[in-house]
Amino acid sequence: MAMERGGKSAGGEPHVLAVDDSSVDRAVIASVLRSSKYRVTAVDSGKRALELLGLETDVNMIITDYWMPEMTGYELLKKVKESSELKQIPVVIMSSENVPNRISRCLEEGAEDFLLKPIQPSDVSRLCSRVLR
Amino acid sequence: MEYSNLRRQAAYMKKSLFDQGYLDEQFYQLEELQDDVSPNFVEEVVTLFFRDSARLISNIEQALDKCPQEFSKLNAYVHQLKGSSSSIGASRVKNECTLFRQYCDEENLEGCLKSFQKMKREHAVLRQKLESYFQLLRQVGPAEKATRPSM
Repeated sequence: MAMERGGKSAGGEPHVLAVDDSSVDRAVIASVLRSSKYRVTAVDSGKRALELLGLETDVNMIITDYWMPEMTGYELLKKVKESSELKQIPVVIMSSENVPNRISRCLEEGAEDFLLKPIQPSDVSRLCSRVLR
Repeated sequence: MEYSNLRRQAAYMKKSLFDQGYLDEQFYQLEELQDDVSPNFVEEVVTLFFRDSARLISNIEQALDKCPQEFSKLNAYVHQLKGSSSSIGASRVKNECTLFRQYCDEENLEGCLKSFQKMKREHAVLRQKLESYFQLLRQVGPAEKATRPSM
C-alpha cells in the first residue's frame, strides 16, 4: 500500500528515524522511542539516513546526533530541509555538548528541537508528543 | 532463603557502585527501559559499551603512540568515549574523559598520558564490577526493575 510521505505506518504508530554513530546511544534512543510506542529505525550515519529516506515514505520524525563522522547531524538537517520531498519532516538534534552557537545554528536551519545527551526518556516523550501530535 | 540472599547481594552491589561513584543516575534510566520485551536491556547496552570502549581505547593508545600526536583526533576519540560513558552512567570513566579532553585542548601530552592511564584503570575496574553484578543478577533470575534508594 503506497504511503504518503509522513503518513503513519501500517500499524498506526509514528515512525521515527534515529541516527547516531554510537551503538550505545542508538540502543538507548531506540528503546526510549519504542517504550513510547513509536516504530523506530536506527541507522549509524547521515548517509544511511538519506538512503533510507529515499526508500521509505512514512518517516514522521528524524532524531539525529550532532557529532558524527563524515556527515554531522547539522549537515543531515540541511540536506533534509533543502529537499522538497523531505523538508516537512521534523528533525531533532542531540548532542552531548551544550554549545549555544551550535544550538542556535541548528534551530535557525529548521531543527525542531535540540536535546542534550544523555537523553532522558521524559524529554523524548514530551518532545514526541509535541512534534508527532 | 538463598534467592533472597542473592537479591540482597545484588542490591548491595548496585548500591556500592553508586556510593563509590562508579555509576550515576543515568544507569537508573537504563533500568527503567528494561521490561518483559527487553528483560536484559541493561546488560546488553553495557556489553555494547564495553565492546565499543575497548575499540576506542585501542584507537587512543595508537594515537598517543604517534609522533607528532594528532590532538584533534585524540580529542574526537575521547569525545566518543565520554559520550557513551555518559549514556550508561559510567560516571568515573566519563569524568576522566572530561579531564583527558582538557589536556588534549591544551596539547599537553604528559597530561594526556596520565589521564589515559587513569581512565583505563577506571574502565577496567568498572568492567570487572559490572561483570560480577550481572553474573549475580543472572543467578537472581528475572529482570530487576529500577530501584532507586529512598531519600
